[in-house]
Amino acid sequence: MNETAATFRTGQTPAFPSDRTCPYRLPDDYNRLRDEPSSLHRVTLYDGRPAWVVTKHEAARRLLADPRLSSDRTHADFPSTSPRIRALRDRHPGFISLDPPEHGPRRRMTIAEFTVRRIKSMRSDVERIVHEAIDDLLAAGPPADLVDLFALPVPSMVICRLLGVPYADHDFFQDASRRLLQSTDGTEARAARDRLEHYLDGLIDTLRAKPAPGLLSTLVAEQLATGAIGREELVSTAILLLVAGHETTASMTSLSVITLLEHPDQHAALRADPTLVPGAVEELLRYLAIADLAGGRFATADIEIDGQLIRAGDGVIVTNSIANRDGSVFEDPDTFDVHRSARHHLAFGYGVHQCLGQNLARLELEVILTALFERVPTLRLAVPVEQLSLRPGTTIQGVNELPVTW
Amino acid sequence: MSAAKAAGLRVTADRTVCVGAGLCALTAPEVFDQDDDGLVTVLAPEPATALHRAARQAGRLCPSGAIRTTE
Repeated sequence: MNETAATFRTGQTPAFPSDRTCPYRLPDDYNRLRDEPSSLHRVTLYDGRPAWVVTKHEAARRLLADPRLSSDRTHADFPSTSPRIRALRDRHPGFISLDPPEHGPRRRMTIAEFTVRRIKSMRSDVERIVHEAIDDLLAAGPPADLVDLFALPVPSMVICRLLGVPYADHDFFQDASRRLLQSTDGTEARAARDRLEHYLDGLIDTLRAKPAPGLLSTLVAEQLATGAIGREELVSTAILLLVAGHETTASMTSLSVITLLEHPDQHAALRADPTLVPGAVEELLRYLAIADLAGGRFATADIEIDGQLIRAGDGVIVTNSIANRDGSVFEDPDTFDVHRSARHHLAFGYGVHQCLGQNLARLELEVILTALFERVPTLRLAVPVEQLSLRPGTTIQGVNELPVTW
Repeated sequence: MSAAKAAGLRVTADRTVCVGAGLCALTAPEVFDQDDDGLVTVLAPEPATALHRAARQAGRLCPSGAIRTTE
């Protein structure tokens, strides 16, 4: 599986990224980087270009908050970790690719929908969606594929409801999102993005003519109609919210279920005391770090940090899976412990780009993990964990399918 | 009440740099809230001693550096 590491080793700089061989353990290459005293390491990307990988928690926080690092994914200096990322360089993928001062006003158009209070008010809706998906799972098996029947539909329905995107179209946009985020082929990823653009462009026309509930309609009425945002930018923002809202939570759901089933003592503690669930969700976020490569940046000026010099133009990648296992911040970091206080993990990033939907993700995962094991207490993997097909290190970390039984 | 505030923690928030991540309102809901625009508001600028730990933690978690806590 680890073709990247095998093919691109140049001199002393290891190839990056690596593939996981276990859903919840760091790849061996990452363990080697983690165990080095230095907080930054030179690595070689698939295209032969060098980049810095940041492995220590404190350095990662400082760099992600440093205005001398740019998130502009259309810039030639932005580090491409795969042909997919490189192919998508032709357009800004929404505000995650903007730097201050342009970034703030764009992000602020959406934050009112994601406040802690607003998300709390969605709990009963999320619970209904989760229970209906469990009904479907129970009707389909055992055995059943948890990804297809549960992990993917739940966040997909939730984000559709929040955005006001018709769930009836979910076959289309789930497929396109998967290709956009998971494809190893740049042409396929770009085609998927173009199809999503076309779809959302049409939806914006519909909402312009006839407003409806949901964030997208609000953005059309308040931002597009007033000229505060251009049409192309609204389309890219809509894609960002739609795609980021379900592939990530779907992957976290699958990997969380695997992790709990593989750690029966932790699982039992959680079942015995539901007040542990919010903390367990933070620990799962820390431990699994599914959006491992979200912290890509490049330097716009020389930056000295921990005795190393990042030069202007250098690519920098904060690897949150490694930073989340920094032993100076998280005691016994490779141990999965639902009693741990882990909210300072970097699974959602840090700095002005920190995940907008993080409190929605927390809510969904809390409801999912509570309801799933309550209603399917005998849930277990239908194949040994070693046989699960893992996604490559260049994408959102997850499993392609998760056969379960009960 | 004055005894509870004796330690004198002061909390301020800079709404111009807030990015609405909500970690403050999640971690110290008695001290921070988010307004209708999603931006931070300080509910307790001089929180009671029992809330100091959560307020400091919220300050450390804030991703944009919007929150300041001074002893």
